[in-house]
Amino acid sequence: MIEAFYDISPAWPVILGGLLAAAIPNHHVRKGLALLAPILAGFLWFNVPAGVHTGGLIELGGFVLETFRYDGLSRIWGLIFIIAAFINALYGLHEKDRVADAAGLIYAGAGLGAVFSGDLLSLFFFWELTAISSVFLIWGSRTRAAYKAGLRYLAIHVLSGVMLLAGAVVHAADTGSWAFDDSLSTETLGGMLIFLAFGIKCAFPFLHNWLQDAYPKATVTGAVVLSAFTTKLAVYALARGYAGTEILIWIGAIMTAFPVFFAVVENDLRKVLSYSLNNQLGFMVVGVGVGTELAINGAAAHAFVHIIYKALLFMSMGAVLYRVGTVKASELGGLFKTMPATAIFCIIGAASISAFPLFSGFVAKAMTLAAVAHEHHYVVWFILLFASAGVLEHSGIKIPYFAFFAHDKGHRVREAPVNMLMAMGIAALMCIYLGWPDMFGIPGGYRALYNLTPFPEVANEYPMWTFDHVVGQMQLLLAALFAFAFLVRMKWYPDEKRSVNIDFDWIYRRAADGVARWGHAMFGRLWASIGNVLGATRGRMGGRLFEAFSPMGALSRDIPSGLLAIWTSALLAIVLLIAYMAP
Amino acid sequence: MDMLASLLPAGAAVHAPALIVVVPLIAAAIAALMPRGPWAWGVTLVTAIVVAVLSLVLLGQVSTGGVISYAMGGWPPPWGIELRVDMLNVPLLLLVGIVGLLCVIYALPSVADEIGPRKEALFYSAFLVCFAGLLGVTITGDAFNVFVFLEISSISTYTIIAMGAAKDRRALTASYNYLVLGTIGATFFVIGVGFLYMATGTLNMADMAVILEANGHNRVTQAAFAFIVVGLGLKAAMFPLHVWLPNAYAFAPNFVTAFLASTATKVAFYALIRFVFSVFHPDVSFVSMSFTWLFAVVGVVAMMVASVQAVFQTDARRLLAYSSVAQVGYMMLGLGMGTAAGLSAGLLHLMNHALMKGALFMALGAFALNFGVRRVKDLAGLGQTMPASAMAFTVAGLSLVGVPLTVGFTSKWYLVTAALDRGWWWAVAALMISSLLALAYVARLLAAIWMETPPSHHGEIAKRRLAPWMVLAPMGILAVANVYFFFHADPLVGLARAAADAVMGGQ
Repeated sequence: MIEAFYDISPAWPVILGGLLAAAIPNHHVRKGLALLAPILAGFLWFNVPAGVHTGGLIELGGFVLETFRYDGLSRIWGLIFIIAAFINALYGLHEKDRVADAAGLIYAGAGLGAVFSGDLLSLFFFWELTAISSVFLIWGSRTRAAYKAGLRYLAIHVLSGVMLLAGAVVHAADTGSWAFDDSLSTETLGGMLIFLAFGIKCAFPFLHNWLQDAYPKATVTGAVVLSAFTTKLAVYALARGYAGTEILIWIGAIMTAFPVFFAVVENDLRKVLSYSLNNQLGFMVVGVGVGTELAINGAAAHAFVHIIYKALLFMSMGAVLYRVGTVKASELGGLFKTMPATAIFCIIGAASISAFPLFSGFVAKAMTLAAVAHEHHYVVWFILLFASAGVLEHSGIKIPYFAFFAHDKGHRVREAPVNMLMAMGIAALMCIYLGWPDMFGIPGGYRALYNLTPFPEVANEYPMWTFDHVVGQMQLLLAALFAFAFLVRMKWYPDEKRSVNIDFDWIYRRAADGVARWGHAMFGRLWASIGNVLGATRGRMGGRLFEAFSPMGALSRDIPSGLLAIWTSALLAIVLLIAYMAP
Repeated sequence: MDMLASLLPAGAAVHAPALIVVVPLIAAAIAALMPRGPWAWGVTLVTAIVVAVLSLVLLGQVSTGGVISYAMGGWPPPWGIELRVDMLNVPLLLLVGIVGLLCVIYALPSVADEIGPRKEALFYSAFLVCFAGLLGVTITGDAFNVFVFLEISSISTYTIIAMGAAKDRRALTASYNYLVLGTIGATFFVIGVGFLYMATGTLNMADMAVILEANGHNRVTQAAFAFIVVGLGLKAAMFPLHVWLPNAYAFAPNFVTAFLASTATKVAFYALIRFVFSVFHPDVSFVSMSFTWLFAVVGVVAMMVASVQAVFQTDARRLLAYSSVAQVGYMMLGLGMGTAAGLSAGLLHLMNHALMKGALFMALGAFALNFGVRRVKDLAGLGQTMPASAMAFTVAGLSLVGVPLTVGFTSKWYLVTAALDRGWWWAVAALMISSLLALAYVARLLAAIWMETPPSHHGEIAKRRLAPWMVLAPMGILAVANVYFFFHADPLVGLARAAADAVMGGQ
């Protein structure tokens, strides 16, 4: 272990790499940097001694910024961010876009920096840096829609940062401490502001629209990169500051349940993945809300495996988008014939997210569910169960089914580029490895995951591979599979069974669809109008302001000097009045 | 600091306080006699270098040997005119001296472009008079002398603003408006000084302070206070007396705008501090009441209203001029807190604002020099056609917003801390909102510069055209300073602290 590097947060090589990449015109060098920077960061991560370590102190105008706090919680998040940065770099190897390369690296580095921040000021700095750097990944698509979505994304994330700073200032004034730890609470004003700031980034219900708005409009690689960092950083921040906050359990439960409806009716498969991202975050938020050691372990382990399989799914859809040019469910189908490897990787990702036994999602999700049951939150437990079935419905089956099977639409495209396949392959291997059980006396891969969690001793005591766990999960999955097969059949052969199933069909196709669409449209409009108020001067409010303050307006017009002389006298009168009134 | 103090031979160093005013005054006469513009510029440059060196020497002397009192013509104060240098005005001398030098380097190409060749020498002469006036206001210890130097600088300022008429005739009305209002301000100020003279029988400011403290205050001194605050407030562009400023900055020659924006209002603000804190005392009840009910209030209102006005401007320089009014609001708020922390935060923002606005106006001047653009929408694509100037503009613009890694963040940070110490939550909220508004107007400029495509002529996109190095160098130095002093905040923060302590006595 090299002591000289103990003070260097793994964030710095990645951010530095990003800054260099911004300046280097040769894309080979840039790609080298993008691969090398996460490796250097990984080296710094491994280099730190086990246990709790605080380093990277920077003194600034009387403040001590703590840029490298390495403990049980930041350890696992740091590692997965580094892995994600590497896989993303590999996946994007074929792209020749200087802005995207630099933004992706800086964004990943900022995420790492935020995870290792020990005080609220450094957290704020990296928090804003993630927002500002990531928006370029959305703008990278270079379409009008992406530009506007990016602006909305930026507005809401800068707002989150401002709320974080305001909350931090209030909190520090109350307690005299800038530390970023569990001293935060939702009872105080400062704590509440910070909580909301985290909530925006974490896509709490009603604060979530930026996610489904922006991610599907990002570039092929951009969406993969975006899916890894922002929201998981927010989960980390919640776990750090608000573990055990009761309200989070309910927020998380709602987050798991409501995206299911939207995801089922959505046609754009990357948008489906965005909704399912929201649903997955719900599980982690519930874990944080329960706050026991087992639950925190569950949230951390879930975040770890989730980043990998969600990236895998986004990567497979990215590959489809790259080759076919669309990810609309209605225009895809039959791609397994020419993209078999991508199809297999997608299925592995889908199996993981649906928590099939032997895949990584299973070992993480079970822990959260057990923690919820252990604390007797049975209603929440049932919501989570329902949501698990929903995940299978929209992510586990819908994505691979519509993209690679379903009706053959006659696309005969080539297999994804080799670097994409390599990135997907690594992610798929990890999905399987991390879900592998103990066999023949050899400890399984999931032990590695459990040893990484914040409380490894608790995790290792937890009996994972019991009969009822596996059977219970399989029952749930099979029931959901059956339901899907049933519905697909209804849709495909309406003439035969219409009389029997018209009610259900109508509910499924019309009412649920209509309600979901209406809700979606309303959210969309609300969202767009927020964007308009923020962005345009032509809105009504803006227009009034414009009329008043523009060069022609009453308040900015050139004023005759005589009038100003009167004002001067008026001000003199005011000052005299103040002087006379003084005691 | 010892090294700075011994830059000049002892014989000259003793007379540094007088030389710093006298040299530019004499040079003004020499410049007026020069037959060609560039020669006059040479005279100006030499003068500016001398002044910058003298200001460094004075900094060295004050920080090693304490307050300097220089009796003009050998007449000892309080009868003669006293030049007085302490920790409060030495930062201002440095600011005027060094930013003035950078502006003068920048002047040659810019002035040659904007002023008719036959008027250049006279222009430089008027500028030097203004320069001397500003230095005089800063250094003198005599209340009436402040008025004299204020008028010297103002009258020459009216002239050099009006010389923008070669490019835009509206400079004439802008200058005329400023003349009328500036004269009102100066009149108010001199009335106030007259009242003080009636009440104390002396014109020396240190002497006045002693007598006022011994005799106590009455209606006459209260009236004096009101007249002086309004008079100097007008010169410092205190809201709502700022109306002269947007047009003056928008239509003056670019060099003049860059120089005035980073020095002139700052010097008036200094004079205000000098009177409010040194001559009157912050513990006097009507003074402390005016902090909360006048300075803090107009400061906050300026931060809001002027920022909104800036958001909707179409002319880039007018936009930044309104932003300057808002920034004066920040300084007024710092002053209005009435604490040493607040005053030092205000002074820090004063210095940082000079760095930002100097660079911003220089960059706008560079744009105008190369492409003749003035309106916000004409800035389109300058990121591609003038990358270096656009970079400097961007750095200074971000600093204006208060983005971390720039000095704008440092001074806003100190303002927020000072407001929290005072328990003024509303002031913190106002700072936040005003920063968001600043983000809005700076984003408009930056979006035009970086996001839009350069204009094309017959399908051919405008070519890249770098500004002359004499423009780039001072602009670059100021832009780099915006970042440098974030990482090495101690020199400026130390100066601001020492200045506040000098007048507040460490309260």
